Amino acid sequence: MGIPMTAKVTVEEVQRVAELAHLELSPEETPAMLRDLNAILDYVAQLNELDTKGVMPLAQVSELQDGAGVSVLRADLPVPSLDRSSVMQQAPESEGAFFKVPKVIER
Amino acid sequence: MSGEAKSAESYVEKPKTLAELRAGITSGRTKAIDLAANYYERIEKKNPRLNAYLWLTKERALEQAARVDDAAAKGDPLGVLAGIPVGIKDVLVMRGAPATAGSKILQGYRPPYDATAVAKLESAGAVLLGKLNCDEFAMGSSTENSAYGPVRNPVDTERVPGGSSGGSAAAVAANLAVATLGSDTGGSIRQPASFCGVVGVLPTYGRVSRYGLIAYASSLDRVGPFAANVRDAATLLSVIAGHDPRDATSSPAPVPDYAAESDKPAAGLRIGVPAEYFAKGLDPEVRAAIEKGIDALKSAGCAVKPVSLPNTRYAIPVYYLIATAEASANLARFDGVRYGPRSKESATLADMYRHSREEGFGAEVKRRILLGTYALSAGYYDAYYLKAQQVRRLLAEEYLRAFAEVDAIVTPTAPTAAFKLGEKTGDPLAMYLADIYTVTASLAGICGVTVPCGTTKAGLPVGMQVLAAHLNEGTAFRVARAVEAARIE
Repeated sequence: MGIPMTAKVTVEEVQRVAELAHLELSPEETPAMLRDLNAILDYVAQLNELDTKGVMPLAQVSELQDGAGVSVLRADLPVPSLDRSSVMQQAPESEGAFFKVPKVIER
Repeated sequence: MSGEAKSAESYVEKPKTLAELRAGITSGRTKAIDLAANYYERIEKKNPRLNAYLWLTKERALEQAARVDDAAAKGDPLGVLAGIPVGIKDVLVMRGAPATAGSKILQGYRPPYDATAVAKLESAGAVLLGKLNCDEFAMGSSTENSAYGPVRNPVDTERVPGGSSGGSAAAVAANLAVATLGSDTGGSIRQPASFCGVVGVLPTYGRVSRYGLIAYASSLDRVGPFAANVRDAATLLSVIAGHDPRDATSSPAPVPDYAAESDKPAAGLRIGVPAEYFAKGLDPEVRAAIEKGIDALKSAGCAVKPVSLPNTRYAIPVYYLIATAEASANLARFDGVRYGPRSKESATLADMYRHSREEGFGAEVKRRILLGTYALSAGYYDAYYLKAQQVRRLLAEEYLRAFAEVDAIVTPTAPTAAFKLGEKTGDPLAMYLADIYTVTASLAGICGVTVPCGTTKAGLPVGMQVLAAHLNEGTAFRVARAVEAARIE
C-alpha cells in the first residue's frame, strides 16, 4: 500500500505542501504547524490497525445501497445564469468580462 | 461562580412556539413588523456580549414583514413560517448581504444570489433577521475560530456555544431568533445545539440543497435547522428539504410533513444504545443525564436494546483526513481573483494568490488545508486518503447493519457539556475530540436530531443525539419528542 502512515513531517515537507496549497507560512508559524501536523498524523495512524484489504473506498454516501439514493443531474438545457455585471462587481479588479490579475508572463 | 450564573441567566430566553406566533400573525393580533422590531431591539441589547450575529439584514426583513402583514390583513393564505424571525449562519448566502463564512478572506463580499434553503424559508414567509457568526469556513467546535471574535454561550457567557454553528445555536437559546439555519459537516449543528440547550437537526445527506452554501467538505456538508423545540425544528426541515436542480446530490425523495411525523407516539419503536458511545472519555454527569433520557424512552414504550458500532473509535481520524482533503480542494477558490480582498503587495500572480490567502485565512483553516494537501499529495494518497475512504465504508455499513435491528440509535451528542472559552484553543487535537460522537453519522450520511436531555450539576445543558437511517428523519423526530416530553431536569 505504498508509504505507511508512520511518516514524520519535516520542515521541508511542510514548506513544500504550503507551496502546493498556495499558502505561505511565516518563520514563526512553521514550528507550531509542524508540531500540530505531526500530532494529528500520529493520531490518524491508528487507522493502520484495521485491515481494509478488499474494501472499496467510499467517496460519497449516495454510492451506498439503502442510502439516500442516487444523484440526479438536471436536464442539459441552457438556462439563464447569474447576471454577469453582478458577479464581476464583486471582484477586486475587473474589466468588462475579464478578471484582472498581476502580469503572468514576463517579457 | 454565583455572580456569573446570575448574569448568565438574563441571556437565556425561550422563544414562543411557531404555533403560538403564527396564530397571532394570522389573526392580526401580532404584526410581523412589530415582532421583527422586537427581535432587533433584543439583538441590540444582547448581541454585544454574545456576538451571535455578524450582520443584520434589517431592510430585507422589514420589507418581508410588511408583505406578511399585508397578506394577513387581506386574508390571503399565509406560509407556514409567515412573519417568523429567523437567522442564517454566515456560510449560507443571501443576495446583497455580507457572506464571510467567519473569514477575513471574504470580507466585503456581497453574493448576488440566495442559497436555496434561504429562498425556501423566505417563500414560506420567514423574516430573515441577519447572518450568524461561526468558525471560519465552519472549521471548529467552539466558534473561537471566527475572524470576527468568538460567540459566547447564553447559558454561561464564560463558556463556548460549541461550533461551528455557534451563532445559530446561541441565537435560539437567547431568543435572538425563533429558529436558525446552520451547517453540519462533522457535528457543527448537533454539538452547539447540545451546548446551548436547543434542538438541532442533521438531515440525511442530500435531504436539503446545498446550493449557496459556502463549501467546506462536499461529501459531508449538510444544511439543517435549529429551534427551541422538536416540532418547530421538524416544521423548518419540511420547508427547506427537497430536490433542487442546482444541487445534483439533493435527493428526489418526497418530503414528508415532519411535524406531523413528530406527533406520532414513540411507543413500540426499537431504540439501540451503542456501548462504544458510553466508554472512556464520557463525562459522568453527561452519562447520567443521557441514562435518564433512555429511561424516559423506556417509559414511553420504546424497546431499548444494545447495538454494537465497534469501528466508532476510528471515526475522528477518518473524518479529519477526508474533510481536510476535500477542504483543501474547496478552498482553492479563495485566491483574491473573483471575490474578497486582494493582497496589495504582489508583483506576480503566484505572489498575489499566496499573499491574499496568507492574509485572509486563519490558523485553523491553514492547518486543515495543509493536512488535506499533505494527505492528497503524491506518495501519501493511498496511505491516508484512500485508507480513510475504506474505513468510511466500514463505518457506514456498520450503521446500516444496526438499523436493520433498531429504528433509532441514541447517544450523547458530545462527551462533555460546554467548555470554557480558551480551554482547548491551544490543542487542535483536543478540540477535534469534541466531535467524537457526531462525526460517525456525518461519514455514514444518516440523519439525526439532538434534543436537550437534562443538565449537569452546574446547570449546563446536555444533549441527546437521536440517529436514524437515511431519510428516516420522521423516526428521529418522534424519539426526540418523547425525550423532550419527559422534561428531564
